[in-house]
Amino acid sequence: MTQDNPAPPALPTGAEKLIQCLEREGVEYIFGLSGGAAIPIFDALVDSSIQLVLVRHEQGATHMADGYARATGKPGVVLVTSGPGATNTVTGMLTAQMDSAPMIVLCGQTNRANLGKDAFQEADVTGITYPVVKHSYMVREAAEIPRITREAFYIANTGRPGPVLIDIPKDVSQGPCDAEHVDAAALDLPGYKVPTHGDPEAVARAADLLSAARRPILYVGHGAVISGAGKAVMSLAEKLRAPLVNTLLGKGATDETHPLHLGMLGMHGTAYANKAVMNTDCIIAIGARWDDRITGDVDEFCKHATKIHIDIDPAEFDKTIQPDVSILGDARLVVEEIAAQAQPADTEEWLAQCETWRTRYPLKYAKKGGLRAQHVLDRLDEVTEGRAIVTADVGQHQMWAAQFCRTRENRHWITSGGAGTMGFGFPSAIGAKFARPEEEVWAVVGDGGFQMTMCELATAAVHDVAVKVLIINNNYLGMVRQWQELFFENRLSGVDLEGNPDFVKLAEAYGVKAFRISRPADIDKKLQAAREHDGPAVVVAEVVKEDNVYPMIPAGAPYTAMLVDRPKERLEKPVGST
Amino acid sequence: MAAPELADDIDDRTRAPMHSISVYVNNKPGVLVRVALVFARRGYNIESLVVSPAARGDFSRMTITCSGDPETLEQIIKQLEKLVDVVHATDHTGDAIYETEIALVKLRASLAERTQILQIAEHYSAKVVDYSADSLILRSYGSSEKLDAFTDLLRPFGLQELVRSGKILMARGVRET
Repeated sequence: MTQDNPAPPALPTGAEKLIQCLEREGVEYIFGLSGGAAIPIFDALVDSSIQLVLVRHEQGATHMADGYARATGKPGVVLVTSGPGATNTVTGMLTAQMDSAPMIVLCGQTNRANLGKDAFQEADVTGITYPVVKHSYMVREAAEIPRITREAFYIANTGRPGPVLIDIPKDVSQGPCDAEHVDAAALDLPGYKVPTHGDPEAVARAADLLSAARRPILYVGHGAVISGAGKAVMSLAEKLRAPLVNTLLGKGATDETHPLHLGMLGMHGTAYANKAVMNTDCIIAIGARWDDRITGDVDEFCKHATKIHIDIDPAEFDKTIQPDVSILGDARLVVEEIAAQAQPADTEEWLAQCETWRTRYPLKYAKKGGLRAQHVLDRLDEVTEGRAIVTADVGQHQMWAAQFCRTRENRHWITSGGAGTMGFGFPSAIGAKFARPEEEVWAVVGDGGFQMTMCELATAAVHDVAVKVLIINNNYLGMVRQWQELFFENRLSGVDLEGNPDFVKLAEAYGVKAFRISRPADIDKKLQAAREHDGPAVVVAEVVKEDNVYPMIPAGAPYTAMLVDRPKERLEKPVGST
Repeated sequence: MAAPELADDIDDRTRAPMHSISVYVNNKPGVLVRVALVFARRGYNIESLVVSPAARGDFSRMTITCSGDPETLEQIIKQLEKLVDVVHATDHTGDAIYETEIALVKLRASLAERTQILQIAEHYSAKVVDYSADSLILRSYGSSEKLDAFTDLLRPFGLQELVRSGKILMARGVRET
């Protein structure tokens, strides 16, 4: 070769182009597990600025990406291989889809020529995942990679966020890619609309209804978290002098310690929040979807109250509740628009009433007679001054954490709400800690859920992710046990986790520092020791085996059926599902 | 017996309020599955479905007829609208539309029966498109109700095969379908 005739520069491979596209999207981390069909993509990662976090199971990767996404508002990225690698992401995508978390799942796939032939590790992953993705792509030509990647990130993180899957055959990622990067302006998505401002007429009606209300209440959901509506919501609440309640996923949208805040509503919400919801004359849902955990008996829910619904997803209007005013748009923008027009109303009597309920029906627990989960979580909130990012798994500990860890800041509370995915808590904390290393991050998990993804202790140890795991160990699948006790004559079935490992030894086997809390006097000391440890740490709280979460509104029951304490008589089986 | 059961089926079909939905979609692999899943998940049975290229080749038009409770249908249409590949979905029930459907009917008819069959065919402007010693194929088009009546009349002669295209429709006037 002479200098006069230099060889044309080699084209990048599809995989290299893909990684370049991810870099352009600002991706910092990829959570993944390798495998044959994804080798070209893993190979391209070697030369990339993007850090690969090698997990121990693909489900863990999805929850880490989810935790990363919820802690930052940026899409989390997962990379797995074909077949079982891909199918192991299904639960994580369902979790993200149900809770509107932006996520990109990249799957290796068998060569195009093998598709549909039951090739080794072939799975029709786009087919399997249709119901659990916001959108999905099968890359049929390498030249499509830049456009598909750009579209995927745009779709994942605009409007109502969600997971987007990209399935990439190995010969596509390995072959040359002759395509330029695509700018956002060049996207052509005629079927995709992103609502922003509210309809002015609807906004005006909502402002009038709220201003005229004597017992208004703001019901704040995940949409408020996602759109960063907190400041706007607080200014509306303060202007109206209206109390706020939030959903499980709405925690942190506004400071739960604010005097106007009544905490969480719904099945295991605070009694004072639920009393307020029962008695309101005007309720405004801000990025919340009247989920069955909130409404209980739909026909009875806020029966006599005017209802206003702000949502970015038009399919949520009239789905379970027929609101008086529906406003399509971004929660922050719409609330700002309403706040600008709302007039302060005379709500002093109403606020006084709410305070009476707060005093009369406080959250409570016994500090004697063994170690209580509530006590540990109450202290966790205290020792961290409520400043930590808390991720919760699913079950009793999740509800107790929601009640006692009062979230002060947006994106400081992360849990699987819609899907109720056990195993989410720990990996999502790892993702959150990667995303926000300067923050203290605590995963609150049960002994059941932790064991579903505990192999990620290795991931935390290897990457020295200083996440703290609080295992509330009652050796039971406690929430189901609670239901069996209350509604099934205590006929326990499939809830006893006899055979649990010693979690302290288990953590130590992974090289992770571990502490045990056996009695109330240990709580603060051990929590502090874990906080002070430089690196990941596990704290095992050996709590009383049989304890129930109250308040509780049995599934499908009206708010009037709320139990604030252990019921004296036997209860009927709940009509609502799960 | 088979015959009366069939007749019952037909009665149900005509009684159940049928919705006609037009879905304008990107012409891409997998779009049909995404659309079908929205119906299936909510227990809605698709009665007929026609997919064809739209005026712009990169889009397709789906015409779907289905029956079920109106509230579920409202949710289905909203969920269809949410699909990235769906540009718009419209329930045209009760709208000013032109609609039509084609039916092909195969009858194993003896010479003696043919006169009667051909009379029915003539009345419904059906055309004999295949004529053999042992069988006939008739083609008729028009509203779905007309085709229901047409095939009902032919049923006593022993419908050997029935193929219907499914309804297609278009909004009348300048309005977009």
